[in-house]
Amino acid sequence: MSAVADLRRRTQHALVPIGFGVAFLTVWELFVRVRHIKPYLLPRPSAIWGELHGNATLIRKAVIVSGTNALVGLLVGIVAGVAVAFAAGHFKIVNRLVTPMAIAVSAMPIIVIASILYNLISATSQVPRRLMAAVIVFFVVFVNVAKGLTQVDRTQTELMRSYAASDVEILRKVRIPNALSHFFTALKVAAPLAVVTAFVSEYFGGLQDGLGAKITSNVSNSRDAVAWAYVVGACLLGLLFYGTSVLAERFAMPWQARRVER
Amino acid sequence: MTAPAVEVRGVTKVFNKGKANQVEALTDIDLTITPGELVSLIGPSGCGKSTLLRLIASLIEPTAGTVLVNGKPAEQARRDQDYGMAFQQSGLFDWRTVTKNIELPLELRGWDRAKRRAQAAAMLDLVKLGDFADHYPWELSGGMQQRVAIARALAFTPALLLMDEPFGALDEMTREHMQSELIGICAQTRTTVVFVTHSIPEAVYLSNRVVVMSPRPGRIAARIDVDLGARNDDTREASEFFKKVTEVREALRGFEHVEAMPRGIEDR
Repeated sequence: MSAVADLRRRTQHALVPIGFGVAFLTVWELFVRVRHIKPYLLPRPSAIWGELHGNATLIRKAVIVSGTNALVGLLVGIVAGVAVAFAAGHFKIVNRLVTPMAIAVSAMPIIVIASILYNLISATSQVPRRLMAAVIVFFVVFVNVAKGLTQVDRTQTELMRSYAASDVEILRKVRIPNALSHFFTALKVAAPLAVVTAFVSEYFGGLQDGLGAKITSNVSNSRDAVAWAYVVGACLLGLLFYGTSVLAERFAMPWQARRVER
Repeated sequence: MTAPAVEVRGVTKVFNKGKANQVEALTDIDLTITPGELVSLIGPSGCGKSTLLRLIASLIEPTAGTVLVNGKPAEQARRDQDYGMAFQQSGLFDWRTVTKNIELPLELRGWDRAKRRAQAAAMLDLVKLGDFADHYPWELSGGMQQRVAIARALAFTPALLLMDEPFGALDEMTREHMQSELIGICAQTRTTVVFVTHSIPEAVYLSNRVVVMSPRPGRIAARIDVDLGARNDDTREASEFFKKVTEVREALRGFEHVEAMPRGIEDR
């Protein structure tokens, strides 16, 4: 495929969602204007855009605060999740200990623990938020990577045995590459989840410097357009995390990338 | 005299011995395969033909009896990588190109990069997939994937090839084509083949000898020598071919009443 044709195809792919987005904002704008909706109920997109510009510095600051918390939580969660997944693959006891816990935690709204953590650690600390993000990320990553390390195709396992491959060789040449796609599946879920967790944690207390806190405080002051501007910031942050995960996947797994491109 | 390629003596295999779900998969199997022979194991599901192949491969251990490969215990033969193996599923690795898949057994044997590359290229030519060296497995059709799997099994030119219904998932046309290719490859490389199948024409067409197995517990019901000479497309329509097909079919019918019983375990 030539570069020009490729570019044209990509543009065409992008046109549909962009067109939809523009249409949606236009309808929103017209609806608010025609029905004279009060700005503290539903602000106009153009007003939100204005606030986004007017508060750019403040929003950037809040994005950096929440984004840093999400990033630290994400990295800690990934490292811990991958490490424990390897341990679980090696020691059955770890697996039996952590797997039921992972299932239980994924069914609970453990974010509420954040309020306890503020009391426990410090109300002015970012640690509770990072910890919450890390915990959520940990379980997503652990469950998927553990699955990828253990659920190897039966034929491939027998093949490696027929080659008299050692456990280390099987780990390096089969289990780890097999777990890689599971890892990135987890990452694409965990990365935006880390952002959500980081800023939802702000709802439960602590410093009023992140996106979550700014959204609530502006809503309670009836500055809805500003709150929406922060929501836009939160969306961009989530997209940034997701997009980076997708790029990392393409880089790490070129064979998958070629599959997607088709 | 050289040692037999495979020697199975008085082998019995019982799964879950002593437990409630105990299954006697094989009873008192004796089988000798000489180098260069192409032997098919045929029988209904649950007759233990795959189990027998896995015993030869030393992927499982016999409950009683001995298995020798190239005159040494099967486990030793496995450690020495004396055989190549291919299964019904190609078992190719998604993350490796066709070439890299074929190189895998060579990597494990410690071949250097240049030697691996050259050998993989030669193997790809053998299965006529030279143009697909840098493709990923999912870019290939099922028949092509299976050819890659066979190329991989042959990569370190083992004297013995163990195949478990390798063409089972292919359509009839591809299947017949693959059978002819296998015969060609074996004639060229003088490889001994043990081939598990449940297709009577396939067994007859490929083999020097068809070993008919009966189910529950698996035993050898008949050994039928086949000599079709040089095989080509006309072979499948020759009277000698049909005569052998009938002979194998009748041997399989001999225990049809047994076949109506509950199925044995599929240990794949």
